[in-house]
Amino acid sequence: MSSSPSGGAAVVVRDLRKSYGSFEAVRGVSFDIEHGETFALLGPNGAGKSTTIEILEGYRDRSGGDVTVLGIEPHRGGSAWKARLGIVLQSGSEAADVTVREQVAHFARFYPERRDVDELIAAVGLAEKAKVRIRNLSGGQRRRLDVALGVIGRPELLFLDEPTTGFDPEARREFWQLIRELKREGTTILLTTHYLDEAAQLSDRVAVIARGELIDIGAVDTIGDRAARIPIVRWRDAAGQVREERTETPAAVVARLTAEAGGEPRDLEVIRPSLEDVYLGLVQAAEAAAASESASAGAASGESAA
Amino acid sequence: MRTLPLGFVRIRYEVLTYFRQADTIFFTFLFPVVMLGIFSVAFQGLGKVGAAPDGSGGITQAAYYLPGMIAAGILLSGVQNLAVDIAVEKSDGTLKRLGGTPLPVVSYFIGKMGQVIVTSILQVALLLLMARLLFGVALPTDPALWLRFAWIYALGIVTSAVLGIALSAVPRTGKSATAVIIPIVLVLQFISGVYLAFNLLPEWLRNIASIFPLKWIAQGMRSVFLPAGFESQEPSGSWQLGWMAVVLLIWLVAGLVACRLTFRWIRKDGA
Repeated sequence: MSSSPSGGAAVVVRDLRKSYGSFEAVRGVSFDIEHGETFALLGPNGAGKSTTIEILEGYRDRSGGDVTVLGIEPHRGGSAWKARLGIVLQSGSEAADVTVREQVAHFARFYPERRDVDELIAAVGLAEKAKVRIRNLSGGQRRRLDVALGVIGRPELLFLDEPTTGFDPEARREFWQLIRELKREGTTILLTTHYLDEAAQLSDRVAVIARGELIDIGAVDTIGDRAARIPIVRWRDAAGQVREERTETPAAVVARLTAEAGGEPRDLEVIRPSLEDVYLGLVQAAEAAAASESASAGAASGESAA
Repeated sequence: MRTLPLGFVRIRYEVLTYFRQADTIFFTFLFPVVMLGIFSVAFQGLGKVGAAPDGSGGITQAAYYLPGMIAAGILLSGVQNLAVDIAVEKSDGTLKRLGGTPLPVVSYFIGKMGQVIVTSILQVALLLLMARLLFGVALPTDPALWLRFAWIYALGIVTSAVLGIALSAVPRTGKSATAVIIPIVLVLQFISGVYLAFNLLPEWLRNIASIFPLKWIAQGMRSVFLPAGFESQEPSGSWQLGWMAVVLLIWLVAGLVACRLTFRWIRKDGA
């Protein structure tokens, strides 16, 4: 790739650590993001997602490990490096007394490469609000403006930290369209989101963080326990009871049920576990493991004391 | 270098946003103008200041209060304006957003200084126009006095702006910014010879005021706008322009050091 003379990945994270006093927010996270890839970082609140992304953006210093973003260590990144990034932070609350168009045009001046201001405003769906002052925008409209300000400089790498919080379903679909467009242009994207369907729709790969550790990473359809991906056949039996069966061969099960019932089984569903189901399974397993670990550690210290 | 051109882009943006905020227009831009109007009208009945026992000579209340109000304007446009403005920008995410763009920090400060200087020059012009046209105050005609005005103004406004940036580190949230900053600025105005004649204050209060820059800026402005005969009414019997320059320069340097030590695009690792 032309943008990386070393030929390395767009983002390289090795054994990243971050402590606040005795609290370890990030405990040895490693991953790469390839050029042109859309990568989603998932995890519950407080898992270390935002800390990780803010270290990559250059806002926070790391306590340990190695990080390069577009070939540069973030805390050494100057203006030329920042010109290649687009950052959409978690909700800002600026009560700016400028209009949408004034703000986008102003930010455009900061960047050597820039998009057309009016085209971009239209692309984020704010054409009708172009002359409205920012303080009068709704939450969702502000979020779209945030995205516009993040991409005005034609970034090679775009950080999207919970970009669609507060969007209605239609706005989210329009937003996804915009992201797919950026992706087609070759933009590398790092996304954090609470909406698992969003991650499934947009990302090539996902990583799941819990308690400051990476618990899984891979393509959307490969992460998690294999067993967690086995389809479920659900139906209502003759007694009116809801029944379900996990099976690799749902068609065969449905055929059997049809034969047994002598017709259409009631309320028949075949469900492939969504990313959300897989994700929740992963996070719960990690929490349970951590709990039993601390319990056994407590027991061990109890023994040594005795 | 893109730093300077971007600085000018920022000045335009900063001045634009300044004049779109009703609260800054009133409490920073128009405040000294309104006060000059009120004092000039309210104390008109007291007659002229410094008149001879037979009522001849002396100057009007408007002429007497004009230098103090110009000094107050310099303090408000610099200290109050920037301390509140930047504290709010820190807490509402503006600085963090700018910190993630290629905008150089220096361009940001050029923008802030430019905003202060442009709005303050307009404010002083408005004060002078009002004094001249509305209250018939005779303005100095000696070019040497205007030259003196220029350097005192320049030193005053730059010091005031730098101290405003330094003070913006004090409020912990944007919401508390005005509550923290305005009392400081208001008390200084009362003890520094803006609203109350400086030579009528008790000596200990004058000594306290002499630590801070506003007293010196006000004194410098009196040396420009009051007749030479008023110099003997100063507590020290002199305009003390040399001391004024020294005190302001000390504050300027201290302010620059404080800015260098405390200013951050974001409160890094504060969590």
